[in-house]
Amino acid sequence: MELFFFIPIALLSVLLAFGVVFNKSPIGSAVSLIGMMLCLAGVFVIQSAHFLAILQVLIYAGAIMVLFMFVIMLLNLKTAEDTVWKAREHNTLLSVLTGFLVLGLVYKLVEIATDANFGPGMPVAENFGTTEMVGAKLFTDYVLPFEVASILLLVAMIGALVLAKTKTD
Amino acid sequence: MVELEYYLILSGILFSIGVLGVLVRRNAIVVFMCVEIMLNAVNISLIAFDRYNNQHDGQIFSFMVMCVAAAEVSVGLAIVISMYRNKPTINLDEFNLMKW
Amino acid sequence: MIDTVTQFLSDNLVLIVGAVKAAIIAVALLSSVPLLVWLERRLMGRFQVRLGPNRVGPFGLAQPFADAVKLLFKESIVQGSADKFLFFLAPAVVVFTAIVTFSAIPFGASFTLFGQEIGPHVANINVGLLFVFAISSMGIYGIVLAGLASNNKYSLMGGLRSSAQMISYELTLGLAALGVIIVSGSLNLVEIVEDQAVVPNIILQPLAFILFFTAGVAETNRAPFDLPEAEQELVAGFHTEYTGMKFAMFFMGEYINMITMSAMVTVLFLGGWNAYFFEFLVPPVIGPIIVFAAKVFLLLCVFIWLRSTFPRIRYDRLMTFGWKVMLPLAVLNLMVAGFFKVL
Repeated sequence: MELFFFIPIALLSVLLAFGVVFNKSPIGSAVSLIGMMLCLAGVFVIQSAHFLAILQVLIYAGAIMVLFMFVIMLLNLKTAEDTVWKAREHNTLLSVLTGFLVLGLVYKLVEIATDANFGPGMPVAENFGTTEMVGAKLFTDYVLPFEVASILLLVAMIGALVLAKTKTD
Repeated sequence: MVELEYYLILSGILFSIGVLGVLVRRNAIVVFMCVEIMLNAVNISLIAFDRYNNQHDGQIFSFMVMCVAAAEVSVGLAIVISMYRNKPTINLDEFNLMKW
Repeated sequence: MIDTVTQFLSDNLVLIVGAVKAAIIAVALLSSVPLLVWLERRLMGRFQVRLGPNRVGPFGLAQPFADAVKLLFKESIVQGSADKFLFFLAPAVVVFTAIVTFSAIPFGASFTLFGQEIGPHVANINVGLLFVFAISSMGIYGIVLAGLASNNKYSLMGGLRSSAQMISYELTLGLAALGVIIVSGSLNLVEIVEDQAVVPNIILQPLAFILFFTAGVAETNRAPFDLPEAEQELVAGFHTEYTGMKFAMFFMGEYINMITMSAMVTVLFLGGWNAYFFEFLVPPVIGPIIVFAAKVFLLLCVFIWLRSTFPRIRYDRLMTFGWKVMLPLAVLNLMVAGFFKVL
């Protein structure tokens, strides 16, 4: 039953990921990426990590991608000349090599995954992936990384402000 | 029941597509998006192993990945904007001042 | 044959009940939009000492339906410079997210029907509040995509303004709701309502209520925060280029969002379907739903009242207000709520 939902979502997410790479306009790439992130939220739901699935939609699709859209709108890249598909077409050898490299990467990753022979996993607890369980873990064992992450976000916020601020004086 | 292998294969394929995008595209914003694909792909395998071992550490890691991604994107896009101010393009091949 | 059918029905009862509930809610929401439009135009008329629409049907009730028919028969114009796919996607996203958001909101106490306990909500999600925020944050894309796809400077400005506005006010919305989460100790909307059986959260969290409602008005792009579609400065902003039914879909999305936001305020702060002093007046099964609807109706009237009272605020003041007044107050409220919880 889970496989019945998993395979279409997985195929769709791979397709949309290709859409991100091979789309002519940055807006198209961004829309594909939003679709891919929603698909991955679906994958997280199948993995019964419900809290993470909601966070995926809320943070990735709802906040980070809005930022991307915002910058695309701000720079108005749609009509800009340099945004058309420029996949190093002037260098066929490099693109062929890149393609082989990525194919090899896929082959190696799939080979490792299939050869590893993991066997059946542990039985999944009833409360796996709930907010309570993740929160309890986050605020006991991982409280220091949590605090560091908050400082990181603050630093990033100030850094972004300093970098993007127009010098008006 | 979906086996662990399926998640790992999906994760690997998505990661490779992200690598492909980073290597092939020259538009700074699209390169950023491809980095996001790679981060997302890693999240899948983190949660898959989590479920396999029935623990919650991997979910904390993917939570941290999301935090770092948010920070990275905000700073990165600010850099893109200031790059665009200096030179009205975001084609990465054009930014070769530091190259000799 | 009949055995297999009944077997199938009893096996998939949860799915079937859910599908029926989803269909009922979608139809109810979509059909309440014309009534809300009528209510708004009539009330606005009264506020401005004029009559409002009163020609078509009794009390002008058929006016919105006549408008809908007119919009359906209009020519659908897609200008040549538009991005076709995104241009069609944008209104669909607006309506889709508006309806899906409502699926997590419980609008009545659960009752038993044919030996089955039925809760009047499509999905009782244990992270219901986060779900509502997640889906409603997706609603921004409808407006952003409309602004981008139209290939029009006014639309782009409208889209840019609205995305900045919605990101800013979403923070306040989330932080104000966090106060309620701290008081109730749950993210499940049904449990939040049941927690308010004695005292509604508006008494425990008055500041959070004001912040949440104000941010909600901004989030639904309603006056006085309707900058994305400011008619006078931006010629209707992001939907300048839209005609016919696609234009109507933006309106539907806005009105459904109004209903959803009112329902969220009711669930989080006004105690949902609890009637408090008027408990003796409430009839059994259908009563809680009526109480809930009455509260939502009152809040919708407040939305309309605000629109006819306040002038639109200036864009820089809007951002200053969001970041320098609303956000610090929301953080303060959160700290106070946490302090009292620890006590």
